[in-house]
Amino acid sequence: MANIQENLHYSKDHEWVAVDGDVATIGITDYAQHSLGDVVYVELPKVGDTLESHEAFGSVESVKAVSEIFTPIAGEVVEVNEGLNDTPEAVNSDPYGDAWMIKVKMKNQGEADAMLNAAEYEEYLNANA
Amino acid sequence: MENLKKTPLNRVHRELGGKMVDFGGWDMPVQYSGVIAEHLRTREHSGLFDVSHMGEFYVEGEDAIAFVDKLTTNDVTKLIDGQAHYSALTREDGTVVDDLLVYRFDGGKLLLVVNAGTTEKDWDWITSHKADENITLTNASADYCQIAVQGKDALSIVQKLTDTNLEEIKYYHFTVGKVDGVDAIISRTGYTGEDGFEVYANKDYAEQLWNKFLETGNFGEETGILPCGLAARNTLRLESAMSLYGHEISDEITPLEANLGWICKLNKGEFLGRDALAKLKEKGLERKLVGFEMIDKGIARDGFDVYVNDKKVGYVTSGSPAPFLKKNIGLAFVPVDLANIGQAIKIDVRGKHLAAEIVPTPFYKRKGK
Repeated sequence: MANIQENLHYSKDHEWVAVDGDVATIGITDYAQHSLGDVVYVELPKVGDTLESHEAFGSVESVKAVSEIFTPIAGEVVEVNEGLNDTPEAVNSDPYGDAWMIKVKMKNQGEADAMLNAAEYEEYLNANA
Repeated sequence: MENLKKTPLNRVHRELGGKMVDFGGWDMPVQYSGVIAEHLRTREHSGLFDVSHMGEFYVEGEDAIAFVDKLTTNDVTKLIDGQAHYSALTREDGTVVDDLLVYRFDGGKLLLVVNAGTTEKDWDWITSHKADENITLTNASADYCQIAVQGKDALSIVQKLTDTNLEEIKYYHFTVGKVDGVDAIISRTGYTGEDGFEVYANKDYAEQLWNKFLETGNFGEETGILPCGLAARNTLRLESAMSLYGHEISDEITPLEANLGWICKLNKGEFLGRDALAKLKEKGLERKLVGFEMIDKGIARDGFDVYVNDKKVGYVTSGSPAPFLKKNIGLAFVPVDLANIGQAIKIDVRGKHLAAEIVPTPFYKRKGK
């Protein structure tokens, strides 16, 4: 069973969002990393890039496949996790921690609240996965 | 998903936590513990593969050798009892119906081992080409399980289960013997670039043999055997630059273009596709399969385009990270005049032209071979 953390917001594309003030930290869920298999490369945007909601902001490549990652949140990229260049496997081992991907200064605070909560995401996985 | 074909080991794969996928109509494990771990364990110790989905046809009778020689590119008359070779079923125009192994048994009986996804196509092809030859064709695909034990520990693992002296079986040779008391064909072949064995037996013994290989191979220990899925099977064969049907060879590709001239014995006499291949060889190839390594960060995948000087010149047939070599590698078709070691190429990775270089193949070669 996929690990789902309380207090995070979830998208149906299997991204998670943690909100701290007006900054949203975004990564992919345990379910997503498990579906992908061994991650070997993560491509991320640059600091300063502006993202629209649901825009692809990068990609995660496993041995077997490549998967785009979408931001559920619009805003400006204020930080990217450079550590993933050297340790992409963190996406498999710690998807909610070390493998956060980008931090975005939110354009619209309400966007995160409109996402799924942990219980809703679990329900969504049970119904669709 | 209901209609997927299952190998006799389907239940075992599920019990082992295999991630099951639809592979050409078969319900097969793409991985168990993880493709990288499985790949590395096979390179460093041993890996266990269920390849029961492959097809097996017997050709018997006094014209068996002549018949198969007429349909395949390699020289069947050169095989001795207990020997196998890699070959291709070709059409009149030289393109490939399938690649296969041909085994020669006592008395000139032959076993053809073909790909899973093409088994029916191959069977139709072969039976439709039978004229008045004195042969009996048997499709035994559903009767067999096939289990591959691969890696440097493979010999010692299989040896513990058989009285046959495995050291005496040379590469691409086989013998009929008993494994854990079960009648089996023990073949020193594989698709990983490692030493190892492929064991064919009646499907009813599949679970017994599989579990025995796991037990004897110390599955669960740090250096023990690991069950490997299709993902590791693919990355292992790609590091060894072995062809995969539908990628490096296909309905639209000849073996000569895919560097398989060594299995095309154009001087052996008539065979289906010989004239087309001879003509192609005389005229000179237009494109050729090459190995490449990514220089820029990024992964080439199957079907990506290859560019030189901003001009599209070819495409990637297979591309992947190489877990043992820790590089991103691939095979691609390029025009013959560009098929040189060191040639700089670009791979179109989702719109970005990333630098790569043509390198010698195989990418990986085991020591002592």
